[in-house]
Amino acid sequence: MTATVTAFIIVLILAIAFFAYSCYQRFGLVLKGKPDNRFNAIGKRLWNMLFYAFGQRRVVKKPFGINHFVLFWAFMILLISNTEFLLNGLAPDTISFSLLPDGAYFTLALIFDIMSLLALIAVVLAIIRRFTFPPPYTEAKSRDAFVILGLVAGLMIAFFGMNACEIAAGTDRAGVWMPVANWVASWLPSGAAGLDTGAQVCWWFHAIILLAFLNYLPYSKHMHVLTSIPNCFFKALEKVKTQPREEFKKGNTFGVGEVENFTWKGLFDSYSCTECGRCSDACPATFTGKPLQPRLFIHDIKMNLLKNADKDGHKELPLIGGEGEGSVKEEVIWECTTCGACMEVCPVFIEHVPRIVDMRRHLVETKAKFPEELLLLFENMEQRSNPWGIAPAERTKWAADLDVKPFEAGKTEYLFYVGCAGALDARNRHTTISLAKIFDKAGISWGTLGRDEMCCGDSLRRLGNEYVFEKMAQANIKMFAEKGVKKIITQCPHCFSTLKNDYRQYGVELEVVHHTEFINQLIREGRLKLKSDTDLGKIIYHDSCYLGRYNGIYEAPRHVIASATGSAPLEMERSRDNGFCCGAGGGRMWMEEKEGSLINVARVEEALKKEPDTVCVACPYCMTMFDDGLKDKEASDKVRVLDLAEIVANALPDE
Amino acid sequence: MLIVACVKQVPDTTQVKVDPETGTLIREGVPFIMNPYDTHALEESLRLKDKYGFRVAVISMGPPNAEVTLRKTLALGADEAILLSDRVFGGADTLATSMVLTGAIKKLAEKEELGIVMCGRQTIDGDTAQVGPGIATRLGCSQLTLVDRIEEVDIKAKTIKVRRKLEGRHEVVSAPLPAMIAVLREINSPRYPSVPMRLEAEDTSIVLWDNKVMQMDEATIGLQGSATQVRKIFSPERAKGEILGGEADKPEDSAKLLITRMIEKDLLSL
Ligand code: SF4
Ligand code: SF4
Repeated sequence: MTATVTAFIIVLILAIAFFAYSCYQRFGLVLKGKPDNRFNAIGKRLWNMLFYAFGQRRVVKKPFGINHFVLFWAFMILLISNTEFLLNGLAPDTISFSLLPDGAYFTLALIFDIMSLLALIAVVLAIIRRFTFPPPYTEAKSRDAFVILGLVAGLMIAFFGMNACEIAAGTDRAGVWMPVANWVASWLPSGAAGLDTGAQVCWWFHAIILLAFLNYLPYSKHMHVLTSIPNCFFKALEKVKTQPREEFKKGNTFGVGEVENFTWKGLFDSYSCTECGRCSDACPATFTGKPLQPRLFIHDIKMNLLKNADKDGHKELPLIGGEGEGSVKEEVIWECTTCGACMEVCPVFIEHVPRIVDMRRHLVETKAKFPEELLLLFENMEQRSNPWGIAPAERTKWAADLDVKPFEAGKTEYLFYVGCAGALDARNRHTTISLAKIFDKAGISWGTLGRDEMCCGDSLRRLGNEYVFEKMAQANIKMFAEKGVKKIITQCPHCFSTLKNDYRQYGVELEVVHHTEFINQLIREGRLKLKSDTDLGKIIYHDSCYLGRYNGIYEAPRHVIASATGSAPLEMERSRDNGFCCGAGGGRMWMEEKEGSLINVARVEEALKKEPDTVCVACPYCMTMFDDGLKDKEASDKVRVLDLAEIVANALPDE
Repeated sequence: MLIVACVKQVPDTTQVKVDPETGTLIREGVPFIMNPYDTHALEESLRLKDKYGFRVAVISMGPPNAEVTLRKTLALGADEAILLSDRVFGGADTLATSMVLTGAIKKLAEKEELGIVMCGRQTIDGDTAQVGPGIATRLGCSQLTLVDRIEEVDIKAKTIKVRRKLEGRHEVVSAPLPAMIAVLREINSPRYPSVPMRLEAEDTSIVLWDNKVMQMDEATIGLQGSATQVRKIFSPERAKGEILGGEADKPEDSAKLLITRMIEKDLLSL
């Protein structure tokens, strides 16, 4: 064994030992999290990993993502070359690609050479970008970033240097097959004496940088190099990641007030963040200048975990309400509208919303500490089963002049679940009445629960009041069972998503449909004929988060608008899965918006840019938010807000 | 030292309607709630507990289902909840009610020194505001009504200083303990029960005191002991209103019309 090999073995063992130790330290912390089964449906998970991690599906959704795609794949391929490199260092005479037959060796040499060049270009572009047009909401010029980019660039340069020296010295027969190295070699004096030493030096540089890179990873934001691929494997399988129910037993903890009360996946998420800032860029709270930035929220979870690492039991830095990095401010937790925009764009499928709601649960359930406006909401919900605390008898008021039948098992097909806003809010009652007309016109067999209808509990769940939500969910499920309700049409996307997705956790499978899809289906089946010349001017459609991102309903409302007006609606800059929240989701409807500018006004401004005559919404909350926002912009005399159902009712042919 | 908070479970009156034919209240299907004024009385008791270390016992006279409300008081932090329930307590007016409550308070005071009896200003079903003062009279203790702030309690000297909200002015008064305090809703904003406290409360048994325990003279309680009797309940007749300024009218015209009407009805002091 030569001295070089011996030296390398020592370096390698030290490097690997230190890396293993770092991983043990960091990932050991993840195991402190609560259990969460993410090992089911392996096939599906492998596919997700292939598609989203190796396919970089979400990364390339932004133009500059292509650069990452190139770097990622160059990296993957060079992994082979680097493995060979390390093994070759241990056993120079027995392990080497150069021992392969010419064809194979030359092909590999060509691929590695080109990939190294691509990687180097990608790194240079990334550096240029950080100085010229940095991605929003990131720390583009952080030391961390440049250390990593520098290491990668160094690695490539050393690789070229090493190969070039060997080519020039005539010790590598693949010369012409490594165009870049060959080009570098053409600058070197061929056959000169120092070339061997040059190659040696480059080889050592390459080895040291490689091992340094490996060891730096666990301590930097580039930890994602290790974690993001598995994180795509562990991604939530359902479209809507509703967090699990809680078990209300004495002695349990409720919600997350300490970092270890997150599930291990919640902790692993924080390690996987690439700090790309896309979540913050999509976030309505961030956009309107509130302290909530989803990227920082995730980062704080990670920092809290690391800073409290050695402190078993007594935590020095509280997860909620402490000072500085690693602690989340209470108001940040309340600012989220649960719109899901962050989760929709995150390239590595980090689950922000469940984490935020976990922390709300802690505040509400364990601490009974929340913005004061919510006290009234919580009491009203518990006492009168609606957010305003209006007497339940008022629920039937909208139907005063209509012939609305009660739902009867066996006789009625669909329960029309009107929802609190649809029944009790003066503006939204018009939507309800429109729907009643539409159903009758299409000859649907439908009925309501009248004054017995109860709130679905959506706001409570998003606000973290799981205890009361559970009681309401159970009461509803019991009533549905007693009354024989199987098929439900909802007017509100929040009722829709809650009955459909959240109630599933209670073992009920209800056939729930939102009116947008229901009407679309009626039109398609020819059961609903519309005049297509309704004059509402230019219509622009606003995607409700709980309809769109949560349930993937984007096309139905657009089809319906086209059928009712003869033309497709205008689109806002941010629409469909990229849609921007109205500001009312996640219980924000019932809270004051104290920080920053108003989300609904921001959205109205965006809509007004397209100069519409009518804004079409499909959610009672969006209705209220747009109504208010238009008033704020003094535009309510020029632009009206209508629910999709109202537009359709408008287009019903006269008898 | 002990605080006794008196609470009542009442029908949610916003949901109660009067049967136009019989003139009785339609109570069917109407949910019960803790009398809103009493939630503030309880909250103030709990705040004094946090500040001075009082023990808080809650008493409520009512039917067995009032247990729900008492359990809620435990979830909020009361140390003990006692339900005063017996058929012979039924049909009581404010006099007979204050007799039973006083009886219970005296019984509690046998074991522990009584500091404060905390009541809500009134209940939303009876609206008399008589029970608190009735208790104070029967106990023979200080009586502080319309309290909107408790300034301080001096446990050693056994005095309390409170602010009372009177028409157009405030009055700060001191009184010796024990004292009956009837609070206004402005005094505080009630807390919300945490889940661990709720779960704890679900498992705690509510103490029941019937007349076997209380040993009250039946002539002084319930229907027998009531000085008043309800003859009839009805909603007052109201002349039908008139809506001015329909959408078609110009605001100027509506305003003119409004002024004319006000002059006609002599509502303006010109
Ligand atoms: S759910 Fe919406 S509001 Fe909440 S953090 Fe994500 S993007 Fe922001
Ligand atoms: S959470 Fe996801 S989207 Fe946000 S910065 Fe991290 S990786 Fe990017």
